[in-house]
Amino acid sequence: MDAIAFSKKDNVATAIKALSKGQRAIVGLGEEKFTIELLEDVPFGHKFALVDIPQGGQVVKYGEAIGVATVNIRKGQYVHVHNVVGQRGVRGHRS
Amino acid sequence: MKLKGFLRPNGKIGFRNHFLVVPTVICATRTAEEIASNFPNVVYLHNQHGCNHMKDDEKKVVNVLKGMASNPNVAGVLFVGLGCETIPTMKIFESVRAAGKPVECLIIQEEGGTLKTIEKGVRILQRMMEQYEIKEVETDLSSVTVAIECGGSDTTSGIASNPVVGYVADRLVDLGATVVFSETTEIIGAEHLLIKRAVNEEVAKKLLELVSRCEQSALAGGEDIRGVNPTPGNITGGLTTLEEKSLGAIYKAGTKPLKGVLEYAEPIPTGGLYFMDSPGHDVESVSGMVAGGAQVVIFTTGRGTPTGCAIAPVIKVTANAKTYSRMSDNIDVDVSDVLEGKTTIQQAGERLFQKLIEVLNGKLTKSEMLRHHEFGIYLTQPTL
Repeated sequence: MDAIAFSKKDNVATAIKALSKGQRAIVGLGEEKFTIELLEDVPFGHKFALVDIPQGGQVVKYGEAIGVATVNIRKGQYVHVHNVVGQRGVRGHRS
Repeated sequence: MKLKGFLRPNGKIGFRNHFLVVPTVICATRTAEEIASNFPNVVYLHNQHGCNHMKDDEKKVVNVLKGMASNPNVAGVLFVGLGCETIPTMKIFESVRAAGKPVECLIIQEEGGTLKTIEKGVRILQRMMEQYEIKEVETDLSSVTVAIECGGSDTTSGIASNPVVGYVADRLVDLGATVVFSETTEIIGAEHLLIKRAVNEEVAKKLLELVSRCEQSALAGGEDIRGVNPTPGNITGGLTTLEEKSLGAIYKAGTKPLKGVLEYAEPIPTGGLYFMDSPGHDVESVSGMVAGGAQVVIFTTGRGTPTGCAIAPVIKVTANAKTYSRMSDNIDVDVSDVLEGKTTIQQAGERLFQKLIEVLNGKLTKSEMLRHHEFGIYLTQPTL
């Protein structure tokens, strides 16, 4: 196994080893396993997209929104601070 | 589950037998350090505060100093004040003494300087330890308050070490123990999940108020929490947003009902799961929970961190195999086999639970062995 997802709602998985561009990463979701072809290198502990995420769309991990995509993210792309922004603790946020 | 503890005059049970020197103000800290250094088993608090505080901050400083001295892991206390500090040294001293444990107080200006205070302090402590009668008793987990902390988080914290600690937290609550967790900045974005577990409306409301107060005060100070949290280290470790960090962080508190929400360093009631207001700053957060009465701390880390506490054992847990191999002098329990799929969260949780029992029964943690006695107080106002 190369990466973990936590919920069926998740659209990102977390790499549990350093992964390389072009690799077919094995993602575990509970007992279920599937593969995703990586479009970029993904460091250990970092995330990649399981499906295409449109600009403005929610990024979901643990079955919950962890932020919003700032650009269109393609399935297999590296997901981090360069293409996701949090919505909390931010000026202008209304709870 | 049988445990061995030390009975205090107020009926509380400690799992360490520390004698503690408490400088009530920064001006007395050097003197306190020197007094403590004369004995192998005396510790002191590296206090950086105690003067010129506004009202709310003064209350926090008083509660932390009082709480540390009152913690059941402490057998006896020597307070050291300067004499002109704004913090009420004599009031703190008298309120701790009222609970019955041996407590003394020295004022540097009255003693006539550093050297005279050191000599008198050393003599006082020597006599206190000589006269101290050890009362060892058999007890169980119902007399234990466990503080849960995470620091230097990376993604391994949220996907393995925090769930393992969450398993232990649930097991502890089932066995009658008290569990407290904190770090208000690190529940932002996960509060909707926590309030579902609140035992009543009032607890839920208080939790939401704390989160809103924390978010608003950071914004009012011109600070976007996002600028400091996730920290640069968290981001290098793979955490992208505050929400992601918070969702991973709340795993460590398990799944039991949330019985209460406490102010920073407030005494922690007995039995069940509590949340205490604190910043994400690990040392300030741990100091607040130990001042609240926690006798032991379980601390998860991804990137690795050495910090401990002067009067409570801190058990470090990581699921990052690289961090464990590089910082094994700082980390007590390695649960990286969970990430490799070799062990379940339950199995690793049992391993950590057994470690906790050993530590309560006297086995030293790495932070204790290396005398990591970090101490900090969470302040929110300017110093005058």
